[in-house]
Amino acid sequence: MKLRRDVFQAIADPTRRAILLLVASQSMTAGAIANNFDTARPTVSKHLQILTACELLAQEQQGREIIYHFNPNKMKEVADFIEPFRKMWDDRFNKLEEIMKKHQPNQ
Amino acid sequence: MELKTKVNTEEGKQEIFITREFDLPVDLLFKAYIEPQIVEQWMGTKVLKLESKKHGSFQFETTDPKGNKHCFNGVIHEFTPNEKIIRTFEMEGASFGVQLEVLEFLKLTSNQSKLQKQVIYQSVAYRDENLKLPFRQGINWAHNRLEEIVKSLK
Repeated sequence: MKLRRDVFQAIADPTRRAILLLVASQSMTAGAIANNFDTARPTVSKHLQILTACELLAQEQQGREIIYHFNPNKMKEVADFIEPFRKMWDDRFNKLEEIMKKHQPNQ
Repeated sequence: MELKTKVNTEEGKQEIFITREFDLPVDLLFKAYIEPQIVEQWMGTKVLKLESKKHGSFQFETTDPKGNKHCFNGVIHEFTPNEKIIRTFEMEGASFGVQLEVLEFLKLTSNQSKLQKQVIYQSVAYRDENLKLPFRQGINWAHNRLEEIVKSLK
């Protein structure tokens, strides 16, 4: 479930959304992906790492190169629109709990 | 780690249930709902008015990241300290109608409590629109091709 939360963080970033968009249209190597951005290559690598970690992208070794594929099934899972609603309330309630725990000694 | 908050929605019904257990005594959980300064902190809203009593009313004002103000208001129908609040909730200027909220505060142990919130909307369509709101706001990827890809999968 931790992973699921990370998926939302992953797609909250505009560069990562752009990467997904790109790879969704065609599977490609890290180098080819990086060529589409002005961002430094290590930054793009970092984004690819995050997207791979939460399974929005899948890696495939092809000879010396790693090809990145888009994982539509994971994307579909994100599309479950209840999750952001649930996360919104979970964040609020976590905050409530935190505030009231500190509040306790003042009682 | 699993989210501690459960949201139950049944297809075709105009209500939702939100359930959450807290590591807090029930009176502290209840207090978080009735003290304006505390509500402001965890709800991330400005509390213009909060009369925590039967037939009391409340008004919240939230400023979104773009600087737009959104107003919310409602009337308290039932108020039983540390047990229950029944109130209406309305987002002003939105086309979601008015919601009826039944909040039940349950003591589990001396240090643990549970909140059960039932929200009843005027129609199934209003409920679904409301549920989608954080999805739209949070991700902000409308008109993105990704959305089209996802839609084509359904």
